[in-house]
Amino acid sequence: MSIFGKDEVAVQKFSESLPLPKFDVDSFNRPKALHLAKVAIVTTAALYREGGDGFTLGDSDYHYETFSRASRDLKLGHHSVNFDRGGFAADINVVYPIDRLEELREEGVIGDVADSHYSFAGNQPATLSEIRLDSGPCCARDMIKEAVDIVLLTGT
Amino acid sequence: MCTLAHIFEAEGLSTVVLTPIRTIAERMRVPRALYTPFPLGRSLGKPRDKTFQYKVLKAAFCLLEAPRGPIITEFPVRISSDNTEPLLCTLPPRMDINVHPAVDEAKALKAAYDRAYKQTKRTSVGMQIGAEEVPAALEKFLQIVEGADWSIVGFSAESIYGTAHDIRSYYEEISCELARGVIGSWATEEWFYDSTEAGQLILCARRTMRQKDVAQSIWFGLAPAGRE
Repeated sequence: MSIFGKDEVAVQKFSESLPLPKFDVDSFNRPKALHLAKVAIVTTAALYREGGDGFTLGDSDYHYETFSRASRDLKLGHHSVNFDRGGFAADINVVYPIDRLEELREEGVIGDVADSHYSFAGNQPATLSEIRLDSGPCCARDMIKEAVDIVLLTGT
Repeated sequence: MCTLAHIFEAEGLSTVVLTPIRTIAERMRVPRALYTPFPLGRSLGKPRDKTFQYKVLKAAFCLLEAPRGPIITEFPVRISSDNTEPLLCTLPPRMDINVHPAVDEAKALKAAYDRAYKQTKRTSVGMQIGAEEVPAALEKFLQIVEGADWSIVGFSAESIYGTAHDIRSYYEEISCELARGVIGSWATEEWFYDSTEAGQLILCARRTMRQKDVAQSIWFGLAPAGRE
C-alpha cells in the first residue's frame, strides 16, 4: 500500500471528491504595480508563535493567528501526518517565505512587506461558514487597515 | 486557501494562491493560482534553495499582471514525492545497553536537538510533550509493544496522537540539523520511520494495536496512512 500523502494519484482522487464551497461572484481586483505594492502572507499551515494560542488537534473554530514581520519562532500547527513536514523543519520559507519577501523588498521588486501576517488552520469542516462570514472578512479588514495590496496564500 | 482568496478579493484585496492541487483551484475558480506540482507541505518547493524559491515567487507574482481571472498557470518544474535521495544522518552509537535502543537513541540525540533549536529558535515539538519527555514517551510505546494495553501506559485517546507527532517532529528537526544541504521530499519522514529505532518502535506499537483490535481512531494517525 502506498503512503497517502506521497501518492499523487490518491491525492488527486481525494481532491476530486472533496465537497467545496461555491461562490456566486468571482471577485477579481487588479493590484497596483508590484514595485509599489505592499505584500502580506496568509498561510493555511496553521503556523503560530511559541506561547501563542495555536491550533489544537481537530480545531474547527477557524480562528486565525497574527504574527509580526519579525517573527521567526513559528510552530507548524497543521497536525496531519500525511504531508511532508521536513521542508518546514529545514526552512520556514518553504511554507512562509517571509525572508524571500524581505529580500524582494530590498531589491525593489515589491513595494513593501506588511507588518502583520496571518495563519489559519486548513483542515476544516466543509461548510466553512465561520471563515466566510466572520474570520475571513475580519482578516481582510486587518490587512486593508494596514494598506496591504497583495496577499500571497500558501499552505501545507 | 481558495476560500480565503475569494473572501479577500471580495473585500478589495488582490490575491495569488500557491496550490499543489490544481483540481481544487479549478473547481473553486480561484482568482489567481500558481499550480506548484510539489509534494504537500512544500509551497515553495525546495527548502534552503533561495534561487528556486525566488523563481516560484516570480511566477506567482506574474499572475498579478493578468487583466482578468480566474487564471491558473503551472510552474514548469515538477518535484516528485518519490525517488528522493535518502538523508545521510549518522545515528549515535549505543550509550546505555540497559534501556531500549529507541530510548537510548532519543537521549543521545538531545544535544543535536538543542543545537538545532539554538540555531533556528523554533520547534514544532510541543503539541503534547516537550523534547525532554521524548525518551519517556518512547518507553510508553515500548510497553504497548510488550503487550500492555495502550490505555494503561499513560496515554489518552487525544494524547497518543500528539505524542507520536512530537516524537516525529523531534527527530525531523534533528535530521535537518545533522543533514546539511538540500532536504529532499519526504526524506525526513523516510529517515524517521525507516532508519531510526524510535520510528520503528512507533510503527511496531501501531501494528500491535491494530492486531489487538484497538479502535482504528487510536492507532491510525501514529504514522502516515499506508505505512506498515
